[in-house]
Amino acid sequence: MNLKNMWKKIIGIGLATMLSAIALVGCSSSETSTGSKENDSKTTEAPATESTLDKIKERGKLIVGVKYDLNLFGLKNPQTGEVEGFDIDIAKGLAKKILGDENKIELKEVTSKTRIPMLNNGEIDAIIATMTITEERKKEVDFSDVYFMAGQSLLVKKDSKINSIKDIKKGVTVLTAKGSTSAQNIREKAPEATVLEFENYAEAFTALKAGQGDALTTDNALLYGMAKQDPNYRVVDETFTEEPYGIAVRKGDQELLNVINEYLKELKASGEYDKIYEKWIGEKPKQ
Amino acid sequence: MLNYSILIEHWDMYMQGFTNTLKSSFLALISSLALGTIIAVFRIAPVRPLNWLGTAYVEFIRNIPLILIVFVFFVGLPTIGIRLDSFTAGTLGLTVYTAAFIAEVIRAGILAVPKGQMEAGRSSGLTYLQTMRYIILPQAIKMVIPPLGNQFINLVKNSSVLGVIAGLDLMYFGDLISSETFVTFDVYIFVAMFYLILTVPLSLGVGFLERRLARSR
Repeated sequence: MNLKNMWKKIIGIGLATMLSAIALVGCSSSETSTGSKENDSKTTEAPATESTLDKIKERGKLIVGVKYDLNLFGLKNPQTGEVEGFDIDIAKGLAKKILGDENKIELKEVTSKTRIPMLNNGEIDAIIATMTITEERKKEVDFSDVYFMAGQSLLVKKDSKINSIKDIKKGVTVLTAKGSTSAQNIREKAPEATVLEFENYAEAFTALKAGQGDALTTDNALLYGMAKQDPNYRVVDETFTEEPYGIAVRKGDQELLNVINEYLKELKASGEYDKIYEKWIGEKPKQ
Repeated sequence: MLNYSILIEHWDMYMQGFTNTLKSSFLALISSLALGTIIAVFRIAPVRPLNWLGTAYVEFIRNIPLILIVFVFFVGLPTIGIRLDSFTAGTLGLTVYTAAFIAEVIRAGILAVPKGQMEAGRSSGLTYLQTMRYIILPQAIKMVIPPLGNQFINLVKNSSVLGVIAGLDLMYFGDLISSETFVTFDVYIFVAMFYLILTVPLSLGVGFLERRLARSR
């Protein structure tokens, strides 16, 4: 009998703590709305007094959010386990610029969906993940100068009749990734088409290969990577948007932003940029 | 406070998602109940090959992740020429998956009916199937209502798997709205509320049914 009562008590207390914990979480997150909980628990430094740049130097490494699933830009090589690509080379150069060593870097995987929340809660210092500079996003983060100029295009089957955005009419299904500008653009340029959005481009490409859509749309640079993987697909020649990629930092991180912009200028002046570009994209950057 | 303007501005998307989640759950519920019952009968029927078939189905399906099954329907079937849209593929995957669990629940219910019932039915001239249909199953149903209710609630929540294959359900639109507005917490709280609108009445309904059937026993 006694034992039973004790259990009842323990369970009661457990429930009460759980409920109050839920109530507390509810309060704190609705107050801050962007959810800076991570900040408080993970990084013990007071965020107001110390700049991100100082934090990076103190920590001795730069933490960058990059894609892990994008051929040519940020792709985890299954053989070596290393993440490789255009964005990665740019990130390493930045680590060299700030800390003097390109290996003083930690790469964290982000997706189009997670990158802004991860930046804002302090998990990463900067985003270098094929991120298009848009007015909407400028409200959330600060962008560097353009580090890559892309344009949206379409990936279709070799024998497809689609050769331009004009061929995307009613009844045509276009696949893309959730949270991308590509999704918004295609809805504007081809409002009649059916747009399906997937977790990432790898899944969208899988769906395309399974015949679940007629075309996949995103920036041409990424499409070239996919066409390289599977020669049954080709990239439509025309691009129908201009997508300037920028490096994103937390809003108000002016100091870090200045260093990044300075770095990008040096990179272009030294010819190093052209080398990285050619290494991954396979052609010289258009000027 | 929650940002209700998000709910109002994206009402259409929430509603479309809600409707599709409701549709998918409803269809999967009906068909998995039917399929699950058939498999349960297979498992206990006095025919060896049917036993094997039923056991193989249950052990195979319930021991792999739901998302894998859905992917088989979504990208696997097209390789042999059968193309299903994401909603259909998702709902089918959900049905196949849930049926394995329902089969186990119903089998347990049937086995809980005293053996004498079957013997009595058979000796009064009914066939095996007739005894099943008119004597065993009606008694078993009462016993399986609570665990079945659990499966149905799980089914509604599991329907969120459609979001991954662009099945236009609540979770899919939740993801879209969150990536459009850059608001994570509030958007998904609203998604959770819509799920509750489906699951809470379901569990209350199951509770009600349970009490009614208990009284009639």
